[in-house]
Amino acid sequence: MWMKPVNTLLLRRRLIKPLVFALCCLPWLTLVLGGFGLAGFSLGANPVEMLLHTCGKWALNFLVITLCVTPLAHFSGWRALFAYRRMLGLFAFAYACAHLAVYLLLDQTLLWSAIAEDILKRPYITLGFSAWLLLLPLALTSTQGMMRRLGQRWSLLHRLIYPASILVAWHFYWQVKQDVREPLLYIAALTLLLGWRLAKRRSRRTAATKKAATPG
Amino acid sequence: MLIRKKPDIASSEITDSRLYFGRRRFMRSAAGLILGSALPSRLLASRPAAFNKISPSPYSTAETPNSYQDITTYNNYYEFGTRKEDPVANAQEFDPWPWSVTISGEAEKTGKVNLEDILARHPLEERIYRLRCVEAWSMVIPWVGFPLGDLLKEFQPTSKAKFVEFVTLNDPSRMPGQRVPVLRWPYREGLRIDEAMHPLAILAVGLYGEVLPNQSGAPLRLVVPWKYGFKSIKAITEIRFRETAPVNSWNQSQPGEYGFYANVNPKVDHPRWSQARERRIGAGLFAPKQDTLMFNGYAEQVASLYSGMDLARNF
Ligand code: HEM
Repeated sequence: MWMKPVNTLLLRRRLIKPLVFALCCLPWLTLVLGGFGLAGFSLGANPVEMLLHTCGKWALNFLVITLCVTPLAHFSGWRALFAYRRMLGLFAFAYACAHLAVYLLLDQTLLWSAIAEDILKRPYITLGFSAWLLLLPLALTSTQGMMRRLGQRWSLLHRLIYPASILVAWHFYWQVKQDVREPLLYIAALTLLLGWRLAKRRSRRTAATKKAATPG
Repeated sequence: MLIRKKPDIASSEITDSRLYFGRRRFMRSAAGLILGSALPSRLLASRPAAFNKISPSPYSTAETPNSYQDITTYNNYYEFGTRKEDPVANAQEFDPWPWSVTISGEAEKTGKVNLEDILARHPLEERIYRLRCVEAWSMVIPWVGFPLGDLLKEFQPTSKAKFVEFVTLNDPSRMPGQRVPVLRWPYREGLRIDEAMHPLAILAVGLYGEVLPNQSGAPLRLVVPWKYGFKSIKAITEIRFRETAPVNSWNQSQPGEYGFYANVNPKVDHPRWSQARERRIGAGLFAPKQDTLMFNGYAEQVASLYSGMDLARNF
């Protein structure tokens, strides 16, 4: 019986984590296959746009998935889920970096004047760029060492994922020409995920003040 | 695959157009063998006789046209869905024939005309035009059609006809995109009468020497190469001569972003993105965007239509 916890840990580290990692790489794989026209995948008539949109979309998807971890663990009681949260968050950042790289290298071909104009003059680009800047410190402080060094401030800092995801959803909403159904779906999901956290916090706070108010 | 390959020379450089179109036909039928049902036999069966003689046009660009594949799998046609890959997926069931156009408004002759009768009177030309989308991408497309003005003159517009309005078919049962209110259906567009009479403005019925595929606006669409693509309305069922400016759908939906004129203009940005450069479809993954030209490169022919106008205000 005493062997069991060791086994689950090993199982998690050796099998489940690599499996989740591989799953998270699938969107990339489809792009690579598409780039070489393999296995029926294709980047279509506008490959730059396909790369840009796919990476952007998956960066947002992974933000939403990361934000799902806490409520899922809360409602299912399955605390093992927290072991995957950092990896999911880092995938969000990795796809966001790929998205940015495609924009800089392939879309703008490093024309810095055009890039600067875009970031300053186009609100949706300003939003996307701000979101990326908010995600950057989260990725940089994602190591065990940083977590230990920052202590309490670490969880405070990592709440930046909330404003970052709002900015990204807005960035998506603003660049759509007319059919806003898809970005609205993401906005609805984020409202639910962030609203749940707010509600939980408020109920915890009222519970705390009640406790403080009742004597004895 | 054969059909994906770009023709290595602009078709306008080939003097014998029959030879060229013969080759395209061969390529299409070869593709038909490979793709099987992907090319509906209906398409070939309904090929009007007018397509047997298509003459080249001096208005064609010498630039290399985009592949048939790119032109027919990546475009905007909200009547069949809002994503670029939607029209090709959702328009295959649409059967445009028989087709008629209703003419009304400020003209001596009005009423319903069959498209077959129109085609019998208007010899077809190939017009290889640049197309610049308002979303900052572009293509080169070998349309088959005839000058819009030639058709309009038949109806003898009166002196009150200052504008021409075009309306797309309104039939949500055949156009699934119309079941979603992303725009106010039916789609409408308009031109000033002098724009409509300009020899560059055509009504297209074909592409690459063949009948226009459904996703490209079959059976009858407008092509105004010096304006953003959304002006070139598809599946036209009504043409109305008007004294006052008609409402066009994109302007109606977002007046601050899309104007009535919608002339291609690198100096007037869309409020949310730059119009200075464009991505040429088919140029490859590493090709930089290219500079957008005033009036999409047709300034020499059309700039005089707008002399004295403030093009930043009349965008
Ligand atoms: C770093 C600065 C960023 C820049 C310069 C940028 C730029 C862009 C551009 C140019 C587009 C395409 C617009 C169009 O096609 O009209 C886009 C779309 C998008 N971006 Fe970003 N972006 C940035 C950051 C981000 C971040 C951090 C995320 C997510 C975490 C993100 C998610 C998206 C999404 C979801 C879309 C829509 C994709 C679609 O339409 O399918 N972006 N972005």
